[in-house]
Amino acid sequence: MKKHEMICIVCPMSCHLEVDLDDAGQVLNVTGNSCNRGDVYARKELTNPTRMLTSTVKISGALYDRLPVITSSDIPKGKMFEVMKALAHVEVVAPVAMNEVIIKNVCGLDVDIIASRSMERVH
Amino acid sequence: MKHFDLVIIGGGSAGLAAAVSAYDNGVRDILILERDKELGGILQQCIHNGFGVHTFKEELSGPGFAERFVNLVHQKYITYKLNAMVIHMNDNKTIEYVSPDEGYVLIKAGAIILAMGCRERTRGAIAVPGYRPSGVWSAGTAQRYLNMEGFMVGKKIFILGSGDIGLIMARRLTLEGAEVKGVAEIMPYSNGLPRNIKQCLEDFDIPLFLSHTITKIDGLDRVSGVTIAQVDDRMQPIVGTEKTFDVDTVLFSIGLIPENALSEEANIEMDPKTRGPKVDESYQTSLEGVFACGNVLHVHDLVDFVAEEGRKTGIAAAKYINDQLNTGNVIHTVAKEGIGYIVPQMIHPVNLDKTIELMFRVRKQYKNVELVIKKDDEVLRVIKKKHLAPAEMEKVILKASDVALCQQSLSIEVVEDVA
Repeated sequence: MKKHEMICIVCPMSCHLEVDLDDAGQVLNVTGNSCNRGDVYARKELTNPTRMLTSTVKISGALYDRLPVITSSDIPKGKMFEVMKALAHVEVVAPVAMNEVIIKNVCGLDVDIIASRSMERVH
Repeated sequence: MKHFDLVIIGGGSAGLAAAVSAYDNGVRDILILERDKELGGILQQCIHNGFGVHTFKEELSGPGFAERFVNLVHQKYITYKLNAMVIHMNDNKTIEYVSPDEGYVLIKAGAIILAMGCRERTRGAIAVPGYRPSGVWSAGTAQRYLNMEGFMVGKKIFILGSGDIGLIMARRLTLEGAEVKGVAEIMPYSNGLPRNIKQCLEDFDIPLFLSHTITKIDGLDRVSGVTIAQVDDRMQPIVGTEKTFDVDTVLFSIGLIPENALSEEANIEMDPKTRGPKVDESYQTSLEGVFACGNVLHVHDLVDFVAEEGRKTGIAAAKYINDQLNTGNVIHTVAKEGIGYIVPQMIHPVNLDKTIELMFRVRKQYKNVELVIKKDDEVLRVIKKKHLAPAEMEKVILKASDVALCQQSLSIEVVEDVA
C-alpha cells in the first residue's frame, strides 16, 4: 500500500488529503477531507484530473465590457486552452441573466459555458 | 440632517451580509453607502470559482456570490447609494459623503457598521529599486482591468509575492495567452492558499521562487526586465544569486491592508497587528454603536467567513439599536507565543449566546504542534495540529459557560516539541 499526500482544491479550505493507494495505484481510502467533495476530488485527480474554468466574454450594452463566465461543470484539465479559444470570439448583448447559457456543449465536452452573473442593459 | 437607524459603509460582501442580517433581525431603516458603480465590492472582479461553499453550499464565482446577496438586498428593499464616497465619519456618528447625484450630504446614524474592506500594498511600501516605468501593477488592479474592463496588462509577466490574488492572476493571465515567467516570494513559504499554489502555478508549470525578491526593475518607459535574487535569513539579497527575466509587466501581490482612514479619523482604537479596529464579541469598536466586520477588521482568506462575520455583526447592531447590548465585565484575548493576533480582542461574557468564536493567525509555519487555549492561567483546551501556516486563518469555538468563569484573559499559544 502507498500513501499519497495532496491538497484539496475544491474550495478555499485547502484540506490536506492523505490517499491510500494499493500497489496497482487504485485509490483505497481518502482521509483529511472535511466534506465528501474532497473524497471525489482525490479519486478524480489521480485518474482523470478536471478543473472548473472561469473567464470572460465580450458584452455590449452593459455597465462593463466583459461578462464573467464559468463552465457548468468541470472539464478535463488538458482542455482548458481549447475552451479559452472558443470563448475568444464570443460577443453577447446585455441584458444577460446569471446562469444563462452562453455556449452550449463547448468543444463537444458536454459542458456549457454559462454567465456567472447577471448584467442589465444600461442606457 | 437625515437620520438612519443603521448606516453601513461599504457595499461589498461584509456590508451586504451585515445589511441582510440586520434586516432579518428587525432593523428597517438601513442605508448602505457604496463608492463604486454597483454593489458587490471586490467580488465583482474575482471571477474565479470557489466562493459560497460554506454560505450557500454551492460553488459560485465571485460575481455569482455577490449577486446572491444583492438579490436579498433588493428583495428586502434595503436602501443603498452608489457612487457615494464617505469622506468623513465623526465620533458623534455623523457621516459626510459625496456623490455625483446628491453632491455633499451629511447624515446621522443610530449605529454604524464599518465594512470598507482592504486595499493592496503597493510597490512603494517595500521600496523596490529600479526605474519607474509603466507596466508595474498591483495584482488586484490588473485583475480589475482584465476581468471587468477587458484590458490585458501585459504579455510577459513576473509576479512578486505569493498572495492569493497574485497566484490567481498568474493562472488568469496564462489562460489569456500571457507568459508568466515566475512568482517570487521573500518568505521561505507561500503566502497563498495551498489550493492556489496547486491549481494556479503547478497546473501551468509556473515556477515559484521561495526566499527570493525583486532587486531591480528595468525599463525607462515600459518595463523591459526584472532581476530577482535569493535572500538570507535577514531578508537581504545574496550577491551572486541573481536571475533576470525578460518581461514587460510586473505584478505585486504583497499583502492587503484594512482600509481604516475613516476609523482612525473617528479616533477608534486600532489593533496594530490586524491594522483594523479593536472589537468585542459583538464586533463593536471602542466607539459605542460603531461596529466593524470583514476585511476592514482583519484580512480574511475566504469570502464565506467575511459574510459570516457580516451576518453576526448585523445581529449585534440590531441588538444595539434595540438597546439589548450590555457592557460590564470585560475579558481580553491575548495572542501569546506563535500567535499573530486574535479577533475579537475583548469579550463581554454577558452578551454571549452559547459560544464564542476566536479567529487568529499563527506567525510562521508549524508542523505537529499543539494550540493551547488558557483561561487566566488554567488550560481550557488543547488542540493538536498537523499543520499551521500564516496564510490560513484558524478558528476555535469556545463555550460561553467556559468563558464566563474567566477572570481577566483568554490566551492562545503554540506549543512545539509535543511528545
